[in-house]
Amino acid sequence: MVADRLRDIKSHYDVVIIGSGLAGLTAANCLAKCGWSVLLLEQHYNFGGMATWFRRPGGHIFDISLHGFPIGMIKSCRKYWTKEISDSIVQLKGIRFDNPQFQLQTTFDRQDFTRILVEEFGVAPDTVEAFFNTARGMDFYDDQTMTTRELFEKFFPGRSDVVRMLMEPIAYANGSTLDDPAISYGIVFSNFMSKGVYIFRGGTDKLIYMMRRELKANGVDIRKQVLVERIVVEDGKVRGVVANDQFIGCGAVLSNANLKTTISKLVGYDQFTPQFTKQAKAVRLNNSSCQVFMGIREGEKLDYIGDLLFTSVDPQFDSVRLCAKDVTSRTFSMYYPDTRPGSDRYAVVSSTNANWDDWAHLSEQDYQKEKQRLIETTIAALEKYIPDVREKIDHVEAATPRTFYHYTHQALGATFGTKFEGLQVSMDLPKQIHGLFHAGSVGIIMSGWLGAINYGVIVANEVDSLCCQSANSQGRMAS
Amino acid sequence: MGDQRIKDIILDIIAVVAPDAEVSNVKSDVRLRDQLDLDSMDFLDIVMELRKRYKIEIPKEEYPELATLDSCAAYLGPKLAAVTAA
Repeated sequence: MVADRLRDIKSHYDVVIIGSGLAGLTAANCLAKCGWSVLLLEQHYNFGGMATWFRRPGGHIFDISLHGFPIGMIKSCRKYWTKEISDSIVQLKGIRFDNPQFQLQTTFDRQDFTRILVEEFGVAPDTVEAFFNTARGMDFYDDQTMTTRELFEKFFPGRSDVVRMLMEPIAYANGSTLDDPAISYGIVFSNFMSKGVYIFRGGTDKLIYMMRRELKANGVDIRKQVLVERIVVEDGKVRGVVANDQFIGCGAVLSNANLKTTISKLVGYDQFTPQFTKQAKAVRLNNSSCQVFMGIREGEKLDYIGDLLFTSVDPQFDSVRLCAKDVTSRTFSMYYPDTRPGSDRYAVVSSTNANWDDWAHLSEQDYQKEKQRLIETTIAALEKYIPDVREKIDHVEAATPRTFYHYTHQALGATFGTKFEGLQVSMDLPKQIHGLFHAGSVGIIMSGWLGAINYGVIVANEVDSLCCQSANSQGRMAS
Repeated sequence: MGDQRIKDIILDIIAVVAPDAEVSNVKSDVRLRDQLDLDSMDFLDIVMELRKRYKIEIPKEEYPELATLDSCAAYLGPKLAAVTAA
């Protein structure tokens, strides 16, 4: 018999949050601290959404995607979580690039990038300064017609090597391309450039454990392996959700599920105006990813070769080639024992951007064959940096867009949410249905870990405002 | 509620939402953002804290009214008067 995941559930909550990605978790914590009753529902057996991990026999543990975030996470974690969590954030100092155009190591901040651009690429200091200031000054309310390609062309015409150094890491961080609005590049790039790349010491498992403990301390009712089938809307107002065949009433729903899925499946287009439906349908999803997880045998060691390696054999940076099934560009995230103090284990996670269509329609046999090929070519690519790595690998497995779809239910296995236009649709949702909110990976600028946490808070503020209004009007009716 | 009282309330809230901010020498007529290294998330936290403490609702388009301590006092004065009277 299946355990009752909804045992002792209340019949009504102020807020139900669907999905425990970083935005959902953070919104849950904020709203509970505001004094509202909050129910957080997660369909998977782990909390964290894409901020997750898994274990394999042999003592292996792999982090899926918390491979680097900007320094702003320290402040956000301290404000919206705990000092203990923010104190666990540490810098990754060895960021390496290796491609046919250049090889270099950097601390990935404005000072070091300026040095490299001026001394090694021969760019005029004034140009570098002007570029950084332009990127830093970008704002959501700016003109959004300029693309990232045009931004680079303006400051570094004909310099494909400079474009590669500035763009490749951000393409991995938020899935943006040269043809997306420049703002989707500038904001995330500037966030990283302020002080470099950071990671959570202790691993994703520890981070999520600490967050879960904090949520419980603040009174959030959290449930996993509960799939929300539907958001119940009556007369343009949210009434509750149906999960595991059971109705749970609530005053507001904050969906941290995929934006398009929230609108088309959880609510249904018939509840929205035709104009909004048209806008929602036009929102493009971002690309997906492939990953190869390599666990090193107990007792074996790896020499330090850097923390994050952006590698490519492509002659130039190319947004389309970056997603190709014949992988030519990879990020290697190196996990040394100090990632998890007390452990003596090593692991390597290779990440590449990928297209859903390249993987979705393969027969089971071809799919397995392609996964095996991905593993083989990845180990071969890693041997350039660690020649004897093949003999040291004890466990290896691959994840594809199909894997991400399976675990996250994101449409088309999207690992970076939606394109830029998704943000407006996400923000307009409450104007369509009273009590319905969305937070999650939308519009690229709200993607990436810092964007996810902060967007969770921004939307929690809106939910709090609505809950206050409802409480006030009920108070008046009762008096 | 006097202007000085409102300014003290704002500084007290800033000390809570941005513990690193040095609030002892804040000028009333200079943008808070320029004096205290506050970002847009910090201002959002101030908005949430005002709602929590005083049940004041500040619409998104009026966030710029919180730019300086003087503008805070002018903007929040009537709002605070309304809730304390209710």
